[in-house]
Amino acid sequence: MPVEPSATAGAGKTASSRTMISVDRVTKSFGSGNHLVTALDDVSVKIRENEFFTLLGPSGCGKTTLLRLIAGFELPTSGQILLDGEEIGHLPPYKRPVNTVFQNYALFPHMTVAQNIGFGLEMQGKPKADVDKTVQKMLAMVRMEHLAGRRTDQLSGGQQQRVALARALAPHPKVLLLDEPLSALDLKLRKEMQIELKRLQSETGITFVFVTHDQEEALTMSDRIAVMDTGHILQVGDPKEIYDRPARRFVADFIGDINILNAEMTAVKGDVGEVKLASGATITARLSSASVQPGSVSIAIRPENVGLCGVEDAARTAIGTIENAVYFGSGTNTHIALDGGGTIVARNSGETGAPGERVGVILPDRHLQVLID
Amino acid sequence: MAEIADTALSDNRLADAKRLHEARATRTRRFLLSPAILTIGIVGLFPLTITMIYSVLSPGTYGGVTWELSGEAYIQFLFERDIFDDTLTFSGSYLQIYGRSIGLAFVTTIGALLIGFPTAYFIASKPREQRNLWLFLITLPFWTNLLIRTYAMLLIIRDEGIINLSLMGIGIVEQPVSILYTDTAVFMGLIYSYLPFMVLPLYASLEKLDFRLVEAAYDLYANRLQVLRRVIIPMAKPGIVAGCILVFIPGLGAYITPELLGGGKHLMIGNLIALQFGSSRNWPFGSAAALILMAVVMVALLVYIRNAGKEGARHG
Amino acid sequence: MADTTAPLPAAAKRRRPMADLKKQPGFNQIAWGCIFILYAPIIVLIAFSFNDNRSVVLWTEFSFRWYVEAFGNEGIRKATIVSLEVAAVATVFSTIFATMAALATTRTQPFKGQTLAYAIINQPLMIPEIVTAVSTLAFFSLIKQLTGVNGIGYLMLAHTVFCIPFAYMPIRARLEDMNLTMEQAAADLYAPPLQVFRRVTLPLLMPGIVAGAMLAFVVSLDDVIITLLVAGPGETTLPIYILGQIRRGITPEINAVSTLLLGLSIAFVTLFFLLGRRRK
Repeated sequence: MPVEPSATAGAGKTASSRTMISVDRVTKSFGSGNHLVTALDDVSVKIRENEFFTLLGPSGCGKTTLLRLIAGFELPTSGQILLDGEEIGHLPPYKRPVNTVFQNYALFPHMTVAQNIGFGLEMQGKPKADVDKTVQKMLAMVRMEHLAGRRTDQLSGGQQQRVALARALAPHPKVLLLDEPLSALDLKLRKEMQIELKRLQSETGITFVFVTHDQEEALTMSDRIAVMDTGHILQVGDPKEIYDRPARRFVADFIGDINILNAEMTAVKGDVGEVKLASGATITARLSSASVQPGSVSIAIRPENVGLCGVEDAARTAIGTIENAVYFGSGTNTHIALDGGGTIVARNSGETGAPGERVGVILPDRHLQVLID
Repeated sequence: MAEIADTALSDNRLADAKRLHEARATRTRRFLLSPAILTIGIVGLFPLTITMIYSVLSPGTYGGVTWELSGEAYIQFLFERDIFDDTLTFSGSYLQIYGRSIGLAFVTTIGALLIGFPTAYFIASKPREQRNLWLFLITLPFWTNLLIRTYAMLLIIRDEGIINLSLMGIGIVEQPVSILYTDTAVFMGLIYSYLPFMVLPLYASLEKLDFRLVEAAYDLYANRLQVLRRVIIPMAKPGIVAGCILVFIPGLGAYITPELLGGGKHLMIGNLIALQFGSSRNWPFGSAAALILMAVVMVALLVYIRNAGKEGARHG
Repeated sequence: MADTTAPLPAAAKRRRPMADLKKQPGFNQIAWGCIFILYAPIIVLIAFSFNDNRSVVLWTEFSFRWYVEAFGNEGIRKATIVSLEVAAVATVFSTIFATMAALATTRTQPFKGQTLAYAIINQPLMIPEIVTAVSTLAFFSLIKQLTGVNGIGYLMLAHTVFCIPFAYMPIRARLEDMNLTMEQAAADLYAPPLQVFRRVTLPLLMPGIVAGAMLAFVVSLDDVIITLLVAGPGETTLPIYILGQIRRGITPEINAVSTLLLGLSIAFVTLFFLLGRRRK
């Protein structure tokens, strides 16, 4: 039964709190001397049992390298990787109870669908009867029974994707690694496969580690997301946390649209800070880390959280002039030049003013976030 | 404390795994490479040293060598020794053979380039799906027996061959034109033999040619000849150099073509060398001649490498 | 040719004006001429092999007569068997060695001496054949002198050496085309290195190996110079036999045998071409 992805998203619903993979201070560099490239720089992260964990970031951020280190295609330069409490960082891929779904599927072209799915079990030395039984079960699970005898190059992209999944799940690995598996599919198929993947994850109860550069995909599917950039993990959290409370400027920028305003923080009070905007208004914004010191800071707020009101409205935080309003179907983005400097975008579905009109802008405290650069 | 020990242990294991990995890779590589390297090294390369040694020994009566040091082979290359008083007089007859071989190989290279370039260009300008078929047509003769192709050439250029018969048939000539057993015949045979060697590398570089550049040149008022000279030929230069090398070297060492089409009167280096190991039974001289051929080839290759290096430097 | 602005009549008729810009005057004619030069002699040879006339000059009547005579000729039969034996042995060894070498140069990390390895493997292509031939002769005669061992093995060994680079080329090209992810996928699915090789690398490499073997076979079958110098008495291969006959004078039997040998090479290379096509 297909499950709406958003219904299962959210921390702790399906995942237990036991750690399945622990990446501990792992560094990976390629090349040497002047050509030394550090793909991962002292990265640590814990992935829980039975969770759908996503590594999200732009290309070259190190997400695929991290996946390949877990799979065993590369050895780390330093650091350790534990799987279910056992160190595996030094083991070759065929000795790790971890399977991968490759970006281009990497199905064996000289084998049938069934032979592909049975390959892992066969290599583990399972008796033929067991292999056949599991292959049948897997075929049923990905609804490919009718194509068992097909050569893999005769399959469509979506079918290949299913076979790749079945092949990787057949040996029932402790962790399934998925390297941008949906990137080769068209939009419609991709949406279908997103649902399919979530279904398979909850049916099998296997930990999924999913690599993608598509923030929307990450937000819809994941229990937790690690946002990566230039070899570092910047923030780990459930989709809501990542979206609503980005800790760093990069995370805020990378995921969704966001307004970033320069401001002056005057005081820190627990986990909130008192911030003075360029317009002169004083607001309180949440701190993403206790290490933020008073001084000049960036604060972030999503366009849909920016409210508009009359110039005289008491609730207003600032006043500005509408520069333009861009209609995009389900709503309108209103670009406003704030008095005292800076522009801000407000997104709403209702009426908005005409260019040149003066408006009041409401920035609710609970949606304001102080960022670390 | 326990934490630190644990990390150290894991780093050790990692280092061990890497060492093991490296050691295994090296072992595998050695195992995989050794049969080919050893076979070629022992049977293909090492004998060159023997040839060097043979070239400074004395000839045996029935072929082979006697183990007596002698520079005679190299002296013989340039001088003629009088049978009675042992005096040396300069003789250019061997030099002449080398000179003619180099000349023939050179003319062949130019001829092959003049035919090969338009052919390669023609193939490269065909739609992609047709190119392989054309390439196949060009390479097919290359894979067939050189001896038989040369023989086929002989069939058509001899006095009673199809060329002379047709020329006489339509009344252009009264008597057959003697082509066979001339330098022209050898030249024709060499072109025929090594043409595919010219077309292939030329095609390889012309295929990469972006025809939008040609269009851009036309757009900038170049005419066809200028486009050819200023755009197409410069871009095909690596292919031209490689093709020339690939024709020149085997052309220089050709044996079958001069043997069959030159009729033994127009010796080339290859025949000279083979002759020393055959009926002349002068292995040291044959070895010396082979080494001198190698030297000429090396010079040609060095010129090529220097040019290639310059190209690389210009682009890099 | 100087008047390059006036389009040739043939070019003017082209349907696509952009393709027209690619044309250079006279190039098409030269290309067709090139094909003609390459094929005309072969076609004449093949035609005359079916000519029922001893003089090999004038066409009289179509006949298989010379083929029948060639098959009946003891010398030709013997030479054919020697040729096939040598080619078979050289093909098997050179293909195995070339496959191993190709795996080493494409499937392991770049290593010190890689350029040297390439140079050694391709060495038979870089040295003029006549030089290889005489130095091999010198080397073998020395060994024969020292050990007293004779036999066709020497010839087979010499053929193996120059067949290796030809077998190596398509195998290496195939390996370079093959994505490493297939092998990684197999390792990921618990296949240890030997199993990865047996179950994934080898089957996927097979078309390359077959192509390499075919080239090696054709190259061995066609060799003249090295065989001429290295082969001992009683080791006459078909090309050497043909050479001997041509030296004595042209006979229609030789046309027939030559056509057969030609046909064999063409069949192999065509097969090689078609194999390469199907792969795409």
